Order: sequence, then structure tokens, then C-alpha cells
Amino acid sequence: MMLRQMFDLPNYGWKNAFDELEKMRQDRNRLFGSVSGRPYWQTHAGVFPLVNIFEDVNNFYICSEIPGMESKEIQISATGRGLTITGERKIVSEGENVKYHRREREGGTFNRIISLPDDIQVEKIDAGYEDGILTITIPKAEAAKPKTIMVK
Amino acid sequence: MVETQELKPQEKMEVATPAEQTKPGPVFTPNVDIFETEKMITLLADVPGVKSEDLGIDLKDNMLTLTGEVKPANILSGEEVLVEYQVGSYYRQFTLTEIIDQAKIEAELENGVLRLSLPKVERALPRRITVNAR
Repeated sequence: MMLRQMFDLPNYGWKNAFDELEKMRQDRNRLFGSVSGRPYWQTHAGVFPLVNIFEDVNNFYICSEIPGMESKEIQISATGRGLTITGERKIVSEGENVKYHRREREGGTFNRIISLPDDIQVEKIDAGYEDGILTITIPKAEAAKPKTIMVK
Repeated sequence: MVETQELKPQEKMEVATPAEQTKPGPVFTPNVDIFETEKMITLLADVPGVKSEDLGIDLKDNMLTLTGEVKPANILSGEEVLVEYQVGSYYRQFTLTEIIDQAKIEAELENGVLRLSLPKVERALPRRITVNAR
């Protein structure tokens, strides 16, 4: 019964046990993409906060959306190749006689380690928090920057 | 004392049927908290990346519309290493059941959180009408 639903073509057979799972995975990804509207390959690490990491020749840039915090409440620490972002987002309680219609914003602690693919210069890291967006500029270590080599 | 929980990442919800926009890009519904006291309705919305001049608050016929435009940061000079969330504008509409005193609406935008205070119209108090005898 399950076999008949899995395959489009009537005489399609398994080559190995993983073909079936592969097809299920592709169908699920396609369905997921059409529901959520974003590409199915865009997954995330499952840890708050979600980050976007960019790089150019000299730096890494990390952006993250963390609304509702003060800049001193976000702690960033760095080691040779990785960065840790820690903090606690507090949702201020509004008083006693308050009736909620909706409660969608969440508060809580977060602690995320991000490993970068190259070595970084820890002393020169610059971080800014504006309008709820945390932007971290991380210069790469000199050894990690690409050097052009002339061919004689 | 309640133990503080760990924050779980939430994916941004895209608006179901966005009205035609002038600028391209995805549009998301911001998370909001709405609560009321006797005198006032307060709305808190998470709109990171929106500056105060890019925020639109419109109240018409008991329909409250929030629009926030986000300009993507100028870090497009780099290549993407990891992209976990999308950047886009915000839009959300609410129907208000109470009558709001429009002149006294206050809005504050701080650290990506909009705080909108909507004071309710004071109910007409019963007034004693004195009869002047002639």
C-alpha cells in the first residue's frame, strides 16, 4: 500500500533502500518550499538568534535580528575561529490589570557559537547594535587573506 | 521564580496575500503583543531594521495598519557564507474593537520594537442636567 503511493511510474523499482527515502525527502522539500515561500535548501541551525554571515576579502560580517535589547545586554566573546553571542531578552511585564489579546513576542536567554571558516583577528572585532539589528565586523587574520601570486 | 527559558528561533512569517507593493522584496508579519488596560490599548511590535522615518501607522475606520520598510544593509559587497533569515519589510493589519482617541495616539520606536499607545475614548459620563425654572 505504501509502495503504490511512493512511486509515480508503475514499474519503478528500488535500487537500494535509500531511494525511497531520497524521494520522500525531495517531495517534502518541494512541499516545504511551496508552503513557506522560501527555498527549501535554506535551513538554519535551530539556535537563536538566526544570523546571516557575509564575507569579502578582508572581513566577515555577521548580522542578526535581536529586537528589544540594550546594547550592553548582548555579550560577544571570540576565540581564534569562533564567536559566541550570549544574552537575555527580557519582556517587560506591563502591570497588574492588564488583559492580553495577543502574546507573540518571546523572551528568554540565548547563547550561540558561530564557527567561521577562516582565522580571525580577535582584537579588531567591531560590533554595533542599531534598530534591533546586531552587526559584527570581523577582520580576517592576515594569513587567511588570499594573496595573488604572479606567474612568471 | 520562573526559570528563564531559552529562546527558540522563530522563522519569519510571510504575509499571506500582500497588497501590490511599490518596492520588490518579501513582506513579513511582525510579532506583536497586544494588551489593554481600562484606559488604553497598547501594541508592541518587533520590527528590527526599521527606522522611525520608514514606519507607517495608519488608523482608519477602526482598522489599524502597520507598515515598516527595511532597507537592506550595505553589506552586499560581500559573498554569502550563511543566510538563515531573509530581510524584508513588515506589514500587519488589525481591527480594533474599541473607539480610539486619535489625537492622543503615541508611538515610540526603540531598538527595533514599536510601542504604540492607543488611548480609548472616555465613555460619556452621565451628566446631570439641571432644569432652570422660569
